[in-house]
Amino acid sequence: MVAYRAGAPIRVSQFLNDVRHLARSFPPCTHVLNACVDRYHFTVGLAAALASGRVSLLPSSQAPQMLRQLSLFAPDAICLSDEAEISNGLRCMSYPRERFAATADPAPCLAACGVPEVDEAQLVAYVFTSGSTGTPLPHPKTFGRLIACVREQARRLDLTDSARWALLATVPPQHMYGFEASVLLPLASGHALCAERPFYPADIAAALERLPRPRALITTPVHLRALLSSGVVLPPADLVLASTAPLSQQLAAETERRFDTRLLEIYGSTETGQIAIRRPTHTAEWRLWPGVSLEVAGEATWARGGHIERPTRLQDLLEKTGADRFLLHGRVADLVNIAGKRSSLAYLNHQLNSIPGVEDGAFFHAEEPSNSHTGVARVAACVVAPALDAAQLLEALRERIDAVFLPRPLLFVERLPRNATGKLPQEPLRSLAAAHAKPATIA
Amino acid sequence: MSDQVASLRKPSAAADADALTAEVAGLIVQALNLEVAPAEIAPDRPLYGEGLGLDSIDILEIALVVSKQYGVQLRADSEENGRIFGSLRQLVEYITAHRTK
Repeated sequence: MVAYRAGAPIRVSQFLNDVRHLARSFPPCTHVLNACVDRYHFTVGLAAALASGRVSLLPSSQAPQMLRQLSLFAPDAICLSDEAEISNGLRCMSYPRERFAATADPAPCLAACGVPEVDEAQLVAYVFTSGSTGTPLPHPKTFGRLIACVREQARRLDLTDSARWALLATVPPQHMYGFEASVLLPLASGHALCAERPFYPADIAAALERLPRPRALITTPVHLRALLSSGVVLPPADLVLASTAPLSQQLAAETERRFDTRLLEIYGSTETGQIAIRRPTHTAEWRLWPGVSLEVAGEATWARGGHIERPTRLQDLLEKTGADRFLLHGRVADLVNIAGKRSSLAYLNHQLNSIPGVEDGAFFHAEEPSNSHTGVARVAACVVAPALDAAQLLEALRERIDAVFLPRPLLFVERLPRNATGKLPQEPLRSLAAAHAKPATIA
Repeated sequence: MSDQVASLRKPSAAADADALTAEVAGLIVQALNLEVAPAEIAPDRPLYGEGLGLDSIDILEIALVVSKQYGVQLRADSEENGRIFGSLRQLVEYITAHRTK
């Protein structure tokens, strides 16, 4: 069993068939931008690209500007999609929906769990992060390292060989966490992924309930909070996995109680992939993946070794507590993380100031809302743009950045509160936000 | 007789719908700390994406307040967010049809 859709199994032979057919259907190209929403379609697309020597592109957002920049990065790329055509300057290809006739006999070349024979050094994909210069940065991911990383994950999660697990995820397969945990992990370790990506609490519970046991839920703090406060009856799970933002002790404990299982938390980044794990109800300490080492120098922490492709500077403040252990102390001030999507104030400011009509503008961290169920704090922005109104500005921003980073509130002012050296301290910005009740105001 | 009853029913049902619409609009503005007044949300304006500018986190937040207030569990089924959240009117219709509180 390679996958489930709405509780119905999809067999390995079907998967290999679909992969073979899709691989043959690609037009000439060396890159495939995989925008499939259905996780099974995504995985077939990934495997088909891999099997035909193509590299997959996994964008961090679907903002039109990002996709246009990716087309500059890989001009021959085709965009594989299973939904409405995305107009972004790329050639588009619809995921072929018709069922390919399954062969009567099981596929003869059944490699372990459907993973094709691939060279360790083969480039599987590029994942992208937002750079401070405004251009997306590519991060290459090679086959051997990806597989080693997720096989270790299977060990750490205690997904034993004797049982075939079903893994349900609420995260997208293009995001590094989802790519590892909900696509590569099942593929590389002989477990089943789930095609659907449920959103509402009632749908998540129903999708989980439909799956045979043992079953795991791969999710984020935003969704966990929503699930626990929704009033929906939660079916038992055999594992809950969380990542993308720190989880509070209370949330972790309640999750374990309500799902009657272990909750494990993953720490990682787009550049490095996952690098550490912990069980938050038992310890605050994170344990590193084999071979990974951390070097802490003041506010900068560098991670290298193991499955990490290149030494990477992490965006959080870490404290080493042992050779393979650390504590997490919070984020570096420039980092923006909203519901698991990562950006930086520098990148957002670059985008804002590139908009015609904006004379000066700055994003800053808004206060966390006290009455929120989802607990998501937003970014706010102050802008000097006498010729623009809010609607025009937001539309221009929407072209350039992911929707979750759209500023709330958006304040129009005559002048930004820069100090004598031209810098913008956070405090005056926050005071401005507190003083203004409506978006379009002249200071 | 039945005509009289029918015409008596219509205005009150419409009034109920208006009251519920105002109530739901108020819930949305309050839950999301929006900068518009509830009365400014046009009933047929899209909530998601370019209309009111809500994103998926907001949709989740609204789903939670709606379930607490009206006992309705939002489901995607075969619909996308676009249907239930296509407009305030559609959301209110969905709540009206499924509320248990």
